[in-house]
Amino acid sequence: MRLTQGTFSFLPDLTDEQISSQLEYCLKNGWSINVEYTDCPHPRNSYWEMWNMPMFDIADPIAILAEIDACRRAHPHRYIKVNAYNSARGRETVALSFLVNRPAREPGFRLDRQEAGGRTIRYTLHSYATDKPEGERYGNS
Amino acid sequence: MLTTDAGIDMDAALRESNVEDVLGELDAELIGLAPVKLRIRQISALLLVERLRAQMGLTTAPPCLHMCFTGRPGTGKTTVALRMAKMLHRLGYVRRGHLVVATRDDLVGQYVGHTAPKTKEMLQKAIGGVLFIDEAYYLHRAENERDYGPEAIEVLLQFMENRRDDLVVILAGYKDRMDSFFHSNPGMHSRIAHHVDFPDYTLDELMAIAELMARQQMYTFDEDSRAAFGEYLRLRAGQPHFANARSVRNAIDRIRLRQAVRLVEQGGRISGEELARIDAADIRQSRVFQGNSAAAAEASARSLL
Repeated sequence: MRLTQGTFSFLPDLTDEQISSQLEYCLKNGWSINVEYTDCPHPRNSYWEMWNMPMFDIADPIAILAEIDACRRAHPHRYIKVNAYNSARGRETVALSFLVNRPAREPGFRLDRQEAGGRTIRYTLHSYATDKPEGERYGNS
Repeated sequence: MLTTDAGIDMDAALRESNVEDVLGELDAELIGLAPVKLRIRQISALLLVERLRAQMGLTTAPPCLHMCFTGRPGTGKTTVALRMAKMLHRLGYVRRGHLVVATRDDLVGQYVGHTAPKTKEMLQKAIGGVLFIDEAYYLHRAENERDYGPEAIEVLLQFMENRRDDLVVILAGYKDRMDSFFHSNPGMHSRIAHHVDFPDYTLDELMAIAELMARQQMYTFDEDSRAAFGEYLRLRAGQPHFANARSVRNAIDRIRLRQAVRLVEQGGRISGEELARIDAADIRQSRVFQGNSAAAAEASARSLL
């Protein structure tokens, strides 16, 4: 099952050229950018690992693409996303966030039903990948 | 697809690149610096020819354009670096053409493991443009072997080698200290193709610079004040801490203060011409003249004793 999180996630995966144009758009708006990765695909997981510090005052998308590539080399089997932060309101707010890397095989989610009092059913999502410990979920690293 | 025999229009390529505008600006706004302008012309010609060669299918590795600017303070190193960034952008060698100025503080960290990310961050900012490292010799401190400078140099060298089509590094500083810096970092020396020496300005050139600066700020010298400023320059150049064009700019700023005070004190109706004119008196109030007369008075007093 293909994970759909963030902007452009219903489109085919972006090529490097397309990623570069998106980054260019972010830089043109004065947004700062950081790269994050994770192997826990749950949609409510907001704590992804940071790849280095957020990048401020960058002029050219090539600098960020190089970081994305380095992250892909280090974590080829994890989800990697790019966040762009807009500081116009006096705090860094996510303005754009999209995936730039995903594992080759994505097992998807199981729907768990829990019987609660009064025949109420509670639903929850369970990612098949997270049955394994962190780091072993989609092949090594 | 062009055949090798079809030829290519050099004039059209020159027009299209707009590089003549930048070179023209350089000639008009920078006075003197003949060797520097020559080298810039050479580099721009090379890049243009390189581009035409690429169109003809004659591919070569992109030329290495890391540079070293040496010269005394105020000889225009930063200004030329700024122009260089613009020119390299017009010729398509760098993608943005912005200039990032860095000194030792921006590159070298304060504790173990701090330096490499710091240097890398600075280099990332400069990607697509020019990184200008002022007083680069401070990166290497021979007297302290636990200094983190060499680590910054190492990261820098790696970037200069691997990402040479992404950014241009320009090192700047005094000639003798740069020489000893290169002596202790031969790797750095061999990776820099262009060593450009900025000569000191002659008095005539400094005068022309002063005229240009005054004109840019809409001031004019008259006959007397021009002579006075010439004399001022001659005296000032002999004094310590003379910083060429920078001293001229500071002198003009102080002259503007004196002119303003004179006009306020004078009161009454003032014409536009008076507002623009610099009087000889504005210049002769300078400490440079007084210092000189005081020294002369002291000398004569000594000779009397």
